[in-house]
Amino acid sequence: MMSSAVNVVDLKVTRGGREVLHGLNFEVSRGAVVGLLGPSGCGKTTLMRALVGVQIVASGTVEVLGHPAGSRPLRTKVGYSTQNPAVYSDLTVKENLRYFGSVLGAPGSDVDRVIGEVGLTRQRDQVVGSLSGGQRSRASLAAALLGSPELLVLDEPTVGLDPLLRQDLWTMFHRLAAHGTTLIVSSHVMDEAARCERLLLMRDGLILTDGTPQALREVTGTDDLEEAFLRVITERQAS
Amino acid sequence: MRTLATARRILAQLRHDHQTVGLLIGVPTLMMVLLRYVFNDPAAFDRIGPMLLGVFPFAIMFVVTSVGTLRERTTGTLERLMTTPMGKLDFLLGYAVAFGLMALLQVAVVLTVSLTWLGLNVNGPLWALVLVALLDALLGMALGLLASAFARTEFQAVQLMPAFVLPQALLCGLFTARDQMGDVLSWTSDLLPLSYAVDGMKELGRSGGVSGTLVRDMGIVLAFTVVSLVAGAATLRRRTT
Repeated sequence: MMSSAVNVVDLKVTRGGREVLHGLNFEVSRGAVVGLLGPSGCGKTTLMRALVGVQIVASGTVEVLGHPAGSRPLRTKVGYSTQNPAVYSDLTVKENLRYFGSVLGAPGSDVDRVIGEVGLTRQRDQVVGSLSGGQRSRASLAAALLGSPELLVLDEPTVGLDPLLRQDLWTMFHRLAAHGTTLIVSSHVMDEAARCERLLLMRDGLILTDGTPQALREVTGTDDLEEAFLRVITERQAS
Repeated sequence: MRTLATARRILAQLRHDHQTVGLLIGVPTLMMVLLRYVFNDPAAFDRIGPMLLGVFPFAIMFVVTSVGTLRERTTGTLERLMTTPMGKLDFLLGYAVAFGLMALLQVAVVLTVSLTWLGLNVNGPLWALVLVALLDALLGMALGLLASAFARTEFQAVQLMPAFVLPQALLCGLFTARDQMGDVLSWTSDLLPLSYAVDGMKELGRSGGVSGTLVRDMGIVLAFTVVSLVAGAATLRRRTT
């Protein structure tokens, strides 16, 4: 039997002397599209950093594709794109991707493929520093897609994009998932949540709810996910 | 292979940045020209000139690498690379290869101008001059990589240059011969790598061949470079807080 894509057990992370993740537990099966939602500062980014293995964790285990997070066999299998575009602003889109591709040992044809997938074909020879914020973050997203990783961890990949582009990207995410890629995507926009198969709602370093958008609607008795989120929070605070 | 990919990437960044390349080559050349005419005394220029050929590549590579690697730390590109199979040594050697090539270009231009137009007299062989300048540049680069770990902003990184470079420049024998300093200063100067880098150039200016002292000095410079690179590698962390 194949191991699950992600298995987090009792994950605690301390930053600046303060505990920011308070013992998280969850499992993600392969090929799932999981939305990580919550207000800024709730621990989404810290959790994602722990999944790709760049975060020092205080206790607990994080297993990815059957290996400890960040371990050697995972370094070509996990694609990570941070909230701030981590690309060289003084190189062109293509030069950036060619470099990251050769570091990953990805086939040369991958560069054009990922440029096409994020819709930057016209900007491919433009220096990243001269691109708009949204284009820049798409260049960074493209770098995460290089080498067709089995797990994609994407921190707010659609911020600042026009709705049409956002839709294109989500179509691509689902196409990748249909081919077996697991995606964990953070967002603070509720209309994106509906596009996920499963939602993890986070607040103050805890997972408040974990389920399908449909289940969340039923439990809270509202169709509006934003409203649903509010109801979950107030319910928690009352109890 | 990842080393070469990294070196190629850094050179591509420099290709897009004509201004930096211009400064890298133009500033030391201009300094040599100024020095020649400020002294206006060929004998003094022959004495000081070779030493500066050792100081310039060191100081400039220090600044460029310390700011460059700091930028990788702050923009998240280093973190991205640390999630890939990129080895820490691949990363550092990539910088060494790219900036080593830049140093060669810099030295070639500065030497050409100094030896022809400015009439600098150097007794040692040309290849040895280039080699010593290259080793000095690599030393600056290695210390710059290490120093970047102590800065959190580019503002701080720029301040590291006077902190790391100026005391060494004062004590390396450029202003007062090292054996004429007080004991404490002389001992301190014995501990600093730039002293050996400059001693090497001085030796080449004076003697016609490659002396045993020169080989020893360059061995020391190389040892400092390797130690700083290894220490620099230790400051690149895959996991951070």
